[in-house]
Amino acid sequence: MTDTVIEIRGLRKDYGRAVAVAGIDLDIQRGEIFGLLGPNGAGKTTTILMVLGLTESNGGTVRVLGEDPVRNPLAVKRRVGYLPDAVGFYDNLSARENLLYTLRLAGMPRAEAIARIEKAIARVRLSDVLDKRVGTYSRGMRQRLGIAEIIAKGAEIAILDEPTSGLDPHATLELLDMIRDLKADGVAVLLSSHLLDRVQSICDRVALFNRGAIAMQGTVKALGQQVLGAGHAAHVEADGVDVEARLRGVAGVQKVERDGRGWKLTADRDVMAEVAQAIVQGGGRLQRLATAEPSLEAIYTRYFEEHKDAA
Amino acid sequence: MRREGSPFTGVGVVFLKEYADHLGSVRMRVLEILVVLIGVGFTALAIYNVRKTIQRDDFLFLNLFLYQQEDSAVPSLLGALAIVIPLLAIGLGFDAVNSEFNRRTMSRILAQPIYRDALLLGKFLAGLCTLATGLTALWLLIIGIGLLTMGVPPSSEEVTRGIAFLIIAITLAGVWLAIAMLFSVIFRSTATSALCALGLWLFLVIVWPMLVPSIAALVATPDPLANRVGLLSDSQIDWFFGLSRISPSGLFSDAAMVVLQPQTDAAILRTPTVGMLSQLQGMVRGATLPLNESLLLAWPQITTLIAIVISVFAVAYIAFQRQEVRA
Repeated sequence: MTDTVIEIRGLRKDYGRAVAVAGIDLDIQRGEIFGLLGPNGAGKTTTILMVLGLTESNGGTVRVLGEDPVRNPLAVKRRVGYLPDAVGFYDNLSARENLLYTLRLAGMPRAEAIARIEKAIARVRLSDVLDKRVGTYSRGMRQRLGIAEIIAKGAEIAILDEPTSGLDPHATLELLDMIRDLKADGVAVLLSSHLLDRVQSICDRVALFNRGAIAMQGTVKALGQQVLGAGHAAHVEADGVDVEARLRGVAGVQKVERDGRGWKLTADRDVMAEVAQAIVQGGGRLQRLATAEPSLEAIYTRYFEEHKDAA
Repeated sequence: MRREGSPFTGVGVVFLKEYADHLGSVRMRVLEILVVLIGVGFTALAIYNVRKTIQRDDFLFLNLFLYQQEDSAVPSLLGALAIVIPLLAIGLGFDAVNSEFNRRTMSRILAQPIYRDALLLGKFLAGLCTLATGLTALWLLIIGIGLLTMGVPPSSEEVTRGIAFLIIAITLAGVWLAIAMLFSVIFRSTATSALCALGLWLFLVIVWPMLVPSIAALVATPDPLANRVGLLSDSQIDWFFGLSRISPSGLFSDAAMVVLQPQTDAAILRTPTVGMLSQLQGMVRGATLPLNESLLLAWPQITTLIAIVISVFAVAYIAFQRQEVRA
């Protein structure tokens, strides 16, 4: 079932003469994780703020769950949860008091809010520090508290701005797990990031931002094909035979490169079986054969190398 | 484009949270200490001296607010309040909005289903209530000490006049709270905001009253006859009135004097101020002004103070609406 929760058409925003967002189109479906990627200052946060109705656009339309965030911001904000870049809480209050305040602002009755907070906090594994002052929390705990706020609010859309920036690898993994849990609840997640390898693992689709415009969007795999020009990549390690010549002999293989202890090959179709056969029949010993997912990092780097003139 | 939903959604929640924050804060402790020191100190001083006079006074309690020792640098309680109230209000308001940005809580709060109106109004009302709590405590303290030491209960008119004075004092607090909050919207740095508010306070409360007589003398048409007798000319008095009312503290003293001192001639003899002079016009010398007449005289000043609160708040509101959320 496709069910568009955020629909953006020709959205523009300029600050004076500087263009922050230059006419973008985006559709985000229910239950998917969508990544907004790009360097700092590419317009990701501005886009997010316009989706929330916190900044007015200079043109174009946004529909969030069918509502216009500028005309009817309260209806939108009631159903959308937002975790800002480097989220802040009231340090002198406990986690429970902080969440109670925002939930009460969201118009939730006190008793219901208290019950929901307990549950949400348990899900982000902060139960034992629930009544400690947030001032004592680490960065990772604050981010998790922000996720708990979204869960407790019962949001249908979660918008996360740079959720993993400044976190150590362990905290990052934990947070990504929690974002996956959100998706499992049927929440549409829109997240922005410049940390690519982490984001790649959880995003269903991504949009690559460059100077206020969306350069590309689609699944990571589709973008890989588009930018790296490779349908399928594989990593081969073998010996006992002239591996490079053998690989080149396989129909469909476009490129073979030396890569560390083995070879990296790119082909226009899935050639795994043929590669294995060619090496084994030539008398070689096949030690490793693995498909390589196109890395978002490579796509990103290559894209910005190619578009240096434009940038 | 019309936006939908009430701008007051969430005012109550913001108010309760901010009020609780204020009451638990260190600033509240400072406010409490000031209230006790001012209340006990000034009342004791006044009572000590009032006891020495045998002259009959119908408004003994009101004198507690006004008593000033002759040839002393110590101001009356009223004068002290005119200086301290703005300071307290600035203390509560100077970081109201910009601290939310600095703590990075602003975007998270504004992502909740409330309008910005609610945040600003809730914060203002919470600050005003905190100040009102402090001032009411001070007022009760003064009356209480008066009752205990003098052993005479205040008349109902004295109580009413006292309450009117309390309301005027709270209005003055509102003016400075609105000014402090305006600076907290304009400046992202709390230090800059505090310095600007204090600078304005220094100018309007301390410097301006000193400048007014000289400016009035410079711009007003001199009257040779009045000059020879050593009096101010009509034009000079007009200028003096007009200029001193630019400062909210001038308006406050004016209104408070009129409310607290119904005996006109006594007032003129003790502390000749602007308000007294206007009150004298068409008065029977030595008579006591009835309560409603006093209120009527103070009304323009009170409404002006309220108008200042509303307009400064409106400016802060507009500035806040136009502000970008991102830090």
